[in-house]
Formats: sequence, structure tokens, C-alpha cells
Amino acid sequence: MPMFGVFTSMRGTLALATLRRHPARTALAVVGIAVAAALLLDMVMLSTGMSTSFRSLMLTRGYQLRLAPKGTLPFDSEATIDSAGAIVAALRANPDIKAVSPSLGTTLTLLDQSIPSTFTLGLESDVQGDYVLEQGTDMPMVANDGAVLPVVVSRMFLSRTGKRLGDTMTVAAGADAQLRSMARARTVVLVGEGRFFYVPNETPVMALPLESVRGLLGSAFHDRMSLAMAEVRRGDSASVEATRAWIARTQPRVNAISTETAIRQVEERLSYFRQLAFVLGAISLGIGFLLVATLITLSVNERRGEIAVLRAIGTSRGGVLRQVFLEGFLLSGAGIAGGLLLGIVTARWLNGILSDFPGLPASFDFFVWTPAAAWRALALLLVSGSLAGLLPAWRAAVIPIARALREEAIG
Amino acid sequence: MAERLPPLPVAAGPVIRCDDVMRSYRMGDALVQAVRGITLEIGRGEFAAITGPSGCGKSTLLHLLGAVDVPSSGRVQVNGRDTASLNDHEATAFRLRHIGFVFQRFYLMPTLSALENVELPMAEAGVPKPVRRARAAELLGYVGLGGRRTHRPTQLSGGEQQRVAIARALANEPALLLADEPTGELDASTGEKLLELFGQLHRDGTTLLFVTHDHVVAQAAQRVIRLRDGRVHEDTGAVPSVRR
Repeated sequence: MPMFGVFTSMRGTLALATLRRHPARTALAVVGIAVAAALLLDMVMLSTGMSTSFRSLMLTRGYQLRLAPKGTLPFDSEATIDSAGAIVAALRANPDIKAVSPSLGTTLTLLDQSIPSTFTLGLESDVQGDYVLEQGTDMPMVANDGAVLPVVVSRMFLSRTGKRLGDTMTVAAGADAQLRSMARARTVVLVGEGRFFYVPNETPVMALPLESVRGLLGSAFHDRMSLAMAEVRRGDSASVEATRAWIARTQPRVNAISTETAIRQVEERLSYFRQLAFVLGAISLGIGFLLVATLITLSVNERRGEIAVLRAIGTSRGGVLRQVFLEGFLLSGAGIAGGLLLGIVTARWLNGILSDFPGLPASFDFFVWTPAAAWRALALLLVSGSLAGLLPAWRAAVIPIARALREEAIG
Repeated sequence: MAERLPPLPVAAGPVIRCDDVMRSYRMGDALVQAVRGITLEIGRGEFAAITGPSGCGKSTLLHLLGAVDVPSSGRVQVNGRDTASLNDHEATAFRLRHIGFVFQRFYLMPTLSALENVELPMAEAGVPKPVRRARAAELLGYVGLGGRRTHRPTQLSGGEQQRVAIARALANEPALLLADEPTGELDASTGEKLLELFGQLHRDGTTLLFVTHDHVVAQAAQRVIRLRDGRVHEDTGAVPSVRR
């Protein structure tokens, strides 16, 4: 093909000019493709987003293993593991395990406050993996008995109680309904505001040193924990699995689950969403294909005479094919560029709505921008749209010149 | 003139030779016998008109001579090449370099400027942009439209559009210029001016063959070939000075 560059230049001018010839029609088609591209992009973000977000949530602080009481699900705060000290000590003695973070979840009563109680996490601050401090100072590793206890709370806690950092209040446990009294109470000072990864946005939460929570709950809880997270020194899945198997063997009272397994289980549960996203994504691909095919077919049918003249004055079949193909490509490209913007805006909007559903962890997202998947999807739409122009392009290229000129003269 | 394309090999003999050419085609259920055995020669540098009533096969003959169609039987040779022996690719390349077309309805690309329309065949022939741009400007000047380069077809009168079409047809310096009812869409005065331009082209050495149903317009040519029912009814004959 001689001087392809020159061809392309004139071809590009012609293709662009052809699309500009019917601006309203072209604009409508571009909008249609943009909507299809946005839908496809959102479906890709939804189908990959939840599992990506869940993985990111689970690995926020690098803990790959979760230990829960046997026969319960992780994050079930009602169930606890006894002899927790021995289990944690055994885990910490294993050289393959880098860190262990035990936690005890409960509900504490707030005395004389605008909310009666708060979800509370007992944690060891130096190894905790439940929150990140956003302002103020962290709680101590171990609290002195009798002193005012520094605690970290969530933004929702501050909002619901109307308190600020530095304020104090009394928390209590062991309510006796007959006596209208609390068995144990402590004065706490709010020293830090934290973003809690696993607690729903709408739930007020307070973090205290683990031992202090045990103390408040009484002797029945003095060696208990709800959950422990463990970080394996070598993060590869084989090492994690080997450590999980070792825990399963040596600690019969706990159920150890790896992040990978949890993600797999969640992904199985999310397969419905993925299928739905796949179907909607495929539909949007089809819509994009049909839009381009329809518009280019219409355009070619209108220009039969013009194309015959191009052929008569020396444009090759390949030249006509390339030009019409280029029109489909440009149309798809413009639609996809618009769809990228529209898709990101709608994904953010929808994510905002869905994330407000009660019970969801604050750090969980439904729509996550995963560049590789997004670009693959948009590239697929571009290829699909361009291919949609191929059939009308071929029909244009093989127009019988003399007949088309004759029909044009009659018409 | 700007930098030229490599000159075409000039075949010996007439530019056009038709031997008992027939062409029929289907139109709906009917079989149309458009050309029924035409034999003729057009010499190099000749200025001929094919005339006749509507439906006598003028345009079909023009399409055969322009290598956009092939005869059902018989042989059409243009510049020494049998057009039926060319495959699509060869026929396209042949038209690009050997033949210039002018159509009744001009058929300029409506989305391109006058200059770009003239550039188009040169772009197809692979002429570098600066060269083709300069030559297109020169050709527009030649047809009297030097000041209308950037105008789109819709901004030009019918006569001006036809002049742009003639400039486009001349872009690759073809051996033969074919025109199908070139004055058909123009008023009498504009048509006359266009025929003057054809006369100028002829004087500058272009071989010209145009089709018209108008006997008066046909008189502008040196030679008039009258068709009736797909056959040559009358031929005023080749001009003796023309090289055959």
C-alpha cells in the first residue's frame, strides 16, 4: 500500500468530516456509546470492586490469618475463646508468625450520655489491626488500674455523643436490671479519633486496652478474646497455608481461616453479582456494537453514490474499507472517552448510595477503579465498535461502481 | 505547474478502441441491452462528444470506457489496456492514473474544501502532501477558482463545483478525461463557459470525451458520435490531425 501515512491523513480528514456532516446524529450515537461504555465500565468496577475492596479490607494491616471460636463465623462478637493467653502465647512463640493481635468485642453502657451504649473493642494498641488513628493520640498498651482510661473512638461516636477529644465520660459493664446498678465502671478520656475498618459507619465504636475491657467485663472474661489476627512472616500463600494448618492442628478450640480462603468464600457469595455484571456488561457491549453498526450502515447507504464516485476516481476497495472502518473507530473512541468520564461519575454516585447500607464496614467499596480491568473492558468496547463498522465498510468497499452511479443518476 | 507525477507510458495507437462492445444488465426483472455492438476509436488529443436520446446507452458506454464496468462481450481498450483483463485492484490503479471523471452532479465530497477535493486523487496516488497541495492550488487557478480554494462545495455555484470536479479529474494528469452530461445541471450561460474550459483543455492536449443528450452542447466537440438503441447511429468521424 503506497504512502500509507498520506492515505491516513486524507482518510482521517474525510472520516472526521463525514461524522461532522450530521452533527446531531453523530452526537446522539456518541452519547449512546458513552452510556454503553459507562455501563460496561461500572459493571467491571462492580464485578471486580467488591472482591478487591474485601481483599484490601482484610489485608489493611497485613494480617493474613483470622482465628475465631470454633463453630462461629469471624466477626461474631458474641462468641469468645477462653484460655486466650495460652493460645496467643503459643502463636507468638512460633517463629513463622510475625505478630498476633487479639481482640475482645463487647457492648459497654455509657452513663448519662445521649446514647445508652457503644460497641467496644478491647485491643493491644501496639499490634491492633482494627483502626487507624486519624487525630489525637493513641490509647496506651496497658492501662493503670484506677486511673482515667485513655480511649480511641470513631467519628460516629463523637457525633452521636456530642463529645470532643479531651472530654471524659463513664463507661460501665455488668448491668443488674433488678438493682438498677452496674457491676463495674471506669472513667475514660477520649484521646483519639480512629477510622475503624470492620465496623459499620453508622455504629459508634470505642477502643480500649484489651485488659481494661476484660476487667470491666469481670472474672468470666479475664482470659477471653473474640478474635485474633495473625501475620505470617513470609506472606506467600504456601507459608500462610502451612501456618494455618499448624494452628488447626495445635489449637483445637479455634477455627483459623486465611484471608485467601475468606476472600474465596466471599467471592463465591458474590458470584451472583459477577454474573449480573457480566450479563449487563455484555449487553452494553452489544448496544455499543449495534449503535456503531447502525449508524455506519445508515451512513454508507446514504453515500452509495459518493462512494461509487470515490471508487471511480481511483480509491481502492481497501481505501474505502479503511475510511469507513475509521469512521466506526472514531465514533467508538469518542463515545468511550465520554463513557470513561460518565462511568467514573456514576460509579462514585452509586458507591455512595450503596456504602450507606447499614451493617457494611466503613472501608468497604462496591465500585473500585481497577485500571487493568477497566482499560481491558474499554479496549474491548473499542474493538467491538470498530468491528461493528467492518461489515458496512466491506459493503461500501464492494459497491458495484457502475450500478451505483446508474442508480444515483436515476435517483 | 508544480512537481509532476511520473509520466505515464504512452501506448501506440488510439486512446480508446472498442470492438463490437455489448453490455446488458438487469434492472429489476428486466434485462436491459444498453450497448449493442459498438465499434469505435478515439485518438490521442481528440475532443469527442457522445450524444443521443435518454436510454440510448451513452452513460453505460462511458462507464465501459472509464473501466468502472466491463463489457458483456467485445473488447474495450484504453491506452492499450484491455479493461476486462484488469482485476479490481488493477482497474482502480488504472482509473487513478489514466482516467479523469467528471459527473453531471459534480459529486464533490461535500465535507472537503475545493482544494482538498482536488487533492483527493493525488492522495490516493501517494503524492506527498506539499506537492499535491501546490498542484491542487495550481489546478484550481487553471479552472478559474484560485480564490475559492477553501470553499466547500455548498459554498460554490453549480458551475464552480463543476470546475472543481474538472480540476479533480485532471489531478493525476490522466490520458483521458471522461465527462457524463457535464453541463446537465448548469444554466446555459454557465454551460457555455464550461465548454470553453473544455476547449481550453483540448487545446492544451487533453483527450476529451463527453456524453450529452443536448445536440447543441455536442457541437462544441470536434467529433460527434450519435447513439441510438445502443448502437452508433452516426459518427462525424475522427479528426485527421489526431494521432491514431
